[in-house]
Amino acid sequence: MSRISKPEELMKINYRPPKTGWMDTPVEFRRGTWLYAAKPKSLEVLELPNPREWSPEEEDWKLPENWKEILLQGLKERLERFRSLKLFLDICVRCGACADKCHFFLGSGDPKNMPVLRAELLRSIYRRDFTTTGKILGKLVGARDLTVEVVKEWYYYFYQCTECRRCSLYCPFGIDTAEITMLGRELLGLLGCYPDWTVASAANCYRVGNHVGIEPHAFRDMVEFCVDEIENITGIRVEPTFNRKGAEILFIAPSGDVFADPGIYTFMGYLMLFHEIGLDYTLSTYASEGGNFGLFTSHEVMKRLNAKMYAEAKRLGVKWILGGECGHMWRVIHQYMDTMNGPADFLEEPVSPITGTKFENAKSTKMVHICEFTADLIRHGKLNLDPSRNDHLIVTFHDSCNPSRAMGFFEEPRYILKNVCRNFYEMPENTIKENTFCCGSGAGLNADENFEMRMRGGFPRANAVRYVHQKYGVNLLACICAIDRAALPALMDYWVPGVAVAGVHELLGNALVMKGEKERTTTLRGEPLEGKGKREGEMEPGKDDA
Amino acid sequence: MKLPQVLTDRKPEIIARWFHLVVSTYPPDTAKFLLQEKDPFANPVGQALREGLEGIYEGWLKGVSEKELYPYMDRIVRIRAVQDFSPSKAVGFVLLLKEALRQELEPEIKKGHVSWEDLEYAYSLVDRVQLLAFDVYAKCREELYEIRVKEIKNRVQKLWERVNKEITGEVRPEDTQ
Ligand code: SF4
Ligand code: SF4
Repeated sequence: MSRISKPEELMKINYRPPKTGWMDTPVEFRRGTWLYAAKPKSLEVLELPNPREWSPEEEDWKLPENWKEILLQGLKERLERFRSLKLFLDICVRCGACADKCHFFLGSGDPKNMPVLRAELLRSIYRRDFTTTGKILGKLVGARDLTVEVVKEWYYYFYQCTECRRCSLYCPFGIDTAEITMLGRELLGLLGCYPDWTVASAANCYRVGNHVGIEPHAFRDMVEFCVDEIENITGIRVEPTFNRKGAEILFIAPSGDVFADPGIYTFMGYLMLFHEIGLDYTLSTYASEGGNFGLFTSHEVMKRLNAKMYAEAKRLGVKWILGGECGHMWRVIHQYMDTMNGPADFLEEPVSPITGTKFENAKSTKMVHICEFTADLIRHGKLNLDPSRNDHLIVTFHDSCNPSRAMGFFEEPRYILKNVCRNFYEMPENTIKENTFCCGSGAGLNADENFEMRMRGGFPRANAVRYVHQKYGVNLLACICAIDRAALPALMDYWVPGVAVAGVHELLGNALVMKGEKERTTTLRGEPLEGKGKREGEMEPGKDDA
Repeated sequence: MKLPQVLTDRKPEIIARWFHLVVSTYPPDTAKFLLQEKDPFANPVGQALREGLEGIYEGWLKGVSEKELYPYMDRIVRIRAVQDFSPSKAVGFVLLLKEALRQELEPEIKKGHVSWEDLEYAYSLVDRVQLLAFDVYAKCREELYEIRVKEIKNRVQKLWERVNKEITGEVRPEDTQ
């Protein structure tokens, strides 16, 4: 026996986690890692079942008496309705190709965040109750009984998935765990188990028109505030209109751009651009939200919120809709709108009134992404840009999950960025474009109480930013999503201090030379514009190093 | 051979053992992944552990100041401070260096190249590093709370500025911070 005891013995603590199988490792609701329960009034607004006061931390979740029956019936209906669900549950061969691709697994180290295990949470119940082998062989073939513990586990892990679809990229069968999460959440919803953050936002949007729950006059007031700020900076008073019938275009942005910092600067960029090109557009105080938290709630709620934008376009008699820098709004438009509420036959196929470009990709939805619209303007030489006004910034671009993986939208924002700033560097290839890492706060996870979990999930993204920050001195992370603009600043503050976050149109607003403007002395953020021009060691305009 | 020489010569082995022990504080499937995946962006935690442990060990060996050790310690503790660890487990990975030293040096002691007293002395130096880990942990947790508060403020930041502007006619500097 050695004279010195082993440190592990001395500490009398067990460093190694227990080696229980995933089915036998129950969920522990530790604060900072889960979402508060939805308030009854939000469920009532959306006519969702089982409104009640409850908390995931408590033993009793106050489920309906026949909860099991409800869940199994719900699963049965969805298996019949969504062929993809049945397919995804049947064909996984557990090859593990997706296992290490989820940012939540990478950041948390929790194996149940491997996409294959996340799906297995639902698949094990499917096997038990809907397949013959599962009914007979049970655990031997990965089947298990539906218990209250399983419901809790679903709530914990289906809200640790940002529905980002990174995993599906690597699956040889194209199994999309995001879809499984969506349906898992829907099933939980049948029991009234929703988080407050998503349902309160969806209820606000349904009732008032936006997630924040800001009434029309306050919305208008905030836009006026932007107008004042723009005037201070440029000397030009832009004049947006509200609910104006007969306008050519209805512009809808995510509401985060109107109320939150730093989204508001992006909003100022939009207004400046529209003024400069003389766009005939209107804002709506009724459709004052581009985002759609219904996507994170249920197919029905998503449909209802999406319908609102089109109803407003119809009421105002516009020709088509222009949409702001948002993530999941575009997932809904691009992947669901057409079969859900479309085709929007009462609108016209979008054509840029400035360049004449037909946006054929938006033929059916009649809704154009602002980055496509702006990139087209730049391409046709319609904008006078002075990128040196962004010389204080060394920029990289974060591809938001939804525009990149749900739309294949990579080049337009980059094209704009390279025209409005002179220092641009890409992050490593396996962390951008279709391989992009999620911000860790999407799909309704960006609530305050979930902060630690978000820091875990966002770590792989932050780690790539850290690399370009150290290597090239990157100090600005540009993005085209309002949730990113809300979530990434905190992520950067924790993991990569010294990197700010901005929308692409904020940088455009800085660079846009407006007719009749006074000499700019500050950026849209009010930061002084010091000595323009090229600094030592910097690259040539428009050149991309990556 | 003197202890410092052994610790220098055996650096790769000791760090590898330490890394292995630290990685084993994660569930087995995760540990396997952290060990195997070498791409720094595909395996950010594994990469941070590698960089951090190596930096801490080298600094420890040279007896550098805490300030110089700090970034390496921060690289690891910042991650463990938000993962599913209790505070003691989040920082206890430092003590596993003792275990790594013992495992690696036991044969040397048996051969009489290194004495038990030497090893005990090395252990006491590890304790100093352990204390730094506590400081870093506390700092990270503090930052988390500060950032949370800032984030909540930013969410409706512009509404507040607007309201205050209406009341006082100006944007107060404290509203824009
Ligand atoms: S969709 Fe994204 S968050 Fe969900 S399991 Fe796949 S990689 Fe993870
Ligand atoms: S990659 Fe596809 S088939 Fe393989 S484990 Fe993941 S979901 Fe299953």
